[in-house]
Formats: sequence, C-alpha cells, structure tokens
Amino acid sequence: MPSLDDLRKRITSVKSTQKITKAMKMVAAAKLRKAQENAEKGRPYSEKMNNVILNLSKSITDKENAPKLLVGTGEEKVHLCIVLTADRGLCGGFNTNIIKKAKSYFEKIISENKTLKIITVGSKGYDQLKRQYKSYIVENISFKESKNINYFDADKVGKIIIEKFEKNEFDVCAIFYNKFKNVITQIPQEQQIVPLNEDKDDKDVSGNDNDYEFEPDEDEILSNLLPKNISTQIFKAMLENSASEQGSRMTAMDNATRNAGELVDRLTIEYNRSRQAAITKELIEIISGAESL
Amino acid sequence: MSNLFNIDIVNPEQSFLSKDNVFEVVIPAVEGEIGILKDHIPIISFLKPGIIRVFSESEEQSFYVEDGIVEFKDNTLSVLTSSIFDLKNADKNFVSASISSAEAELSKDNIDDQKRFLLNHKVEVLKSISIN
Repeated sequence: MPSLDDLRKRITSVKSTQKITKAMKMVAAAKLRKAQENAEKGRPYSEKMNNVILNLSKSITDKENAPKLLVGTGEEKVHLCIVLTADRGLCGGFNTNIIKKAKSYFEKIISENKTLKIITVGSKGYDQLKRQYKSYIVENISFKESKNINYFDADKVGKIIIEKFEKNEFDVCAIFYNKFKNVITQIPQEQQIVPLNEDKDDKDVSGNDNDYEFEPDEDEILSNLLPKNISTQIFKAMLENSASEQGSRMTAMDNATRNAGELVDRLTIEYNRSRQAAITKELIEIISGAESL
Repeated sequence: MSNLFNIDIVNPEQSFLSKDNVFEVVIPAVEGEIGILKDHIPIISFLKPGIIRVFSESEEQSFYVEDGIVEFKDNTLSVLTSSIFDLKNADKNFVSASISSAEAELSKDNIDDQKRFLLNHKVEVLKSISIN
C-alpha cells in the first residue's frame, strides 16, 4: 500500500506527462493542417507528370530501345528498397507500420534468393532496420536539418537512385511510405518506381490521341523526364508521409492524454480513499482511547 | 471567337500560376523558343533555362525557368518545373549565386557538350536578368 505522499507524487508526475502529451497533440494538429495543405498542393504536379509519361509511353512503339528506367533492365535480380520514415518517434504505429510492410517484402526477396539493397530515409527507419538488416543497408539519409519538406531534398534522393541505376546496381526499385487517408488511418504503401509500373486500369486510355508533336523526339524527352519522375514520386511520398506522421502523432498523443486522465482519476480516488482511511483510523483510535478511560 | 486559352504552371510544392485568359505564351523549349497560340496542335517538349512570357489581355508576365516539361493539349498549356520565379521579384543575390554556381560548373573539364551548352545558355539568360 503506497503512502499518501507516494500517491501525491505519482499524481503530479502523471499530470505533467499529460500536459506534455496534450501540448504535443496541439502542435501535431497545427502541423497536420499545414502538411495536409502541402500534400494537396503538391498533387497537381505529380498527376500531370504521370499523365505526360503515360501519353509518352503510349506513343513509344519501339519497346526494345525504350529507356531502361521505363521498361526495366529485363532482369529482376537486385532489388533496391527505399524506406521512408520519420525522424522522430512518439507517433504511434507510424514508423512500425512502414517497417512491418517493408520487412515482409524483404523476407520475400531474400527467400527468392535475390539480392536486397536498402536505403533508409529518416533516422527512425534506420534505427529499426539496422538490427536485422544492417548488412543490406547501403545508404542512410536523414533530413533532420530541413524544417520543411522541400523538393530539393527529394531530388537528392532521386539523384542517388539514378546514379545507382546508371551503374547497374539494381534492377527493381520500390519505395515504402505511409499514404495519408485521414487523421486516424494511414496506409503503409509499397510502390514500384523502377521500372515504372503502368497502372493497367488507370483510367481508360483516352482515345487514340497519339497525335502529339514531340520536340525533340520521344526517347529524348523520356530520358529527360523519367529521372525527374523519380524525384517527383519520392517527393510525393515524403509529403504523404509527413501528413501521415502528424496525423498519427495527433491520434497517439490524444490517446495518451486520455489515458493519463484516466490514470489521474484512478490515482485520485485511491489517494482520497487512503486519506479517508487514515482519518477514520485516527478517529477510531481517539474514540476507543476515550472509551477505555 | 475568342482566341484565349488556359495556362497552368505548377512546381512540386504548389500550383504556381493558373490563368484562363492568355492569348500567347512564349516558352524556351530545348530546341528553340516556341510561341503558342490557341489551337496549337498537342505538343510535349522540355525546357532549357530561359524566360517564359505569358501574354494575357490585361498584362504581360515573365518568369525565369531552369528546366521543366511543357504539354499543350485541348487548349491547356501545362508547364511542370521545379525552378521558377517571377522576374518582377527576382532576388538579385539568388541570381548572382546561380550565375557563379553555373560558371563554377562550366569550369570543370568533364562535362559533355550538351551540358556545356545548357550552362552557357543559363549564364547568358541570368546575366541578362541581372542587368535589368
């Protein structure tokens, strides 16, 4: 049975924790709104980019000589996985969910005797993966210093990927991130970016308007465009991720605040009871003392 | 018949400019400048460093772009670029920093002709901006 003093101390400590989680929730809520806005603003770019590439790839007739970034190297022995996570913790299952998704993919690759290479973006992902997959991690990038997500950072990651591709270091590249559905739901995603997976059921192939004029020719445009597309995809993933991170943190902190409240209630009752018990005990002692006189 | 069409300039972070009352746009495509009017045939091309000029009924706007993709279709011109700024609010420091970084790049030996050409061009355009 803890003493009254112990109980009082615990109540204060839980209360101050509650204050922290509450503050974190507020901050996350404010950041979430901004992150969500950014994600929405960034959408037209990636959509248009996709459209252009779709139109271009339709008009390419010579599949044999098409850029490798589009059609792949023809093999799929080496898989490069880009795992995008947050730099900070305390955001519920956000990081763990991505890692879980990525791990199941890794296991599949390893069991098929293919080579696995991992690039982690964000320090939390690295922390969680290094225990088990240290030998596979080829690079570990973190943008802790940049305050906002910017295209410049995404481009850096994109350039690393392109460089590796040009050196024939991998055949297939997939990225892992959390897609922001709403504040409570974030869906871990696995998206293949090299070779580009054409969504077969992506809209109907709006007529046969292959009547674009290209300047210079298709191949040259594609080889200029595809590297950009990779950066764009990464950037999109980063935006989605940051909105998800804030959403996830908000929910987690909301829960934590509520749990702390419950704990405080319980402790307060216990504290009052034992205080009452102490008073009653004292009274009984006084009364029985008086009676025995 | 109106001779106006739409233009959308987007960069990765946001939609930069969106207008529906332009009658001519001049873009610095990689093989030379292209002027686009209404009912131009569908075209896809990419940009070299240069100046996009947008003529609408009420005003004329100019933007500096470094690279990007343009698509014209159904009387909508989409410009996708990662580096763009309005000439009116050109930041002198930024311009001169860009010039010196491009010149530093030029002084390296291992660049190919195409890149050298683009860089030369970039320096030229940026210098013309900084004079004005």
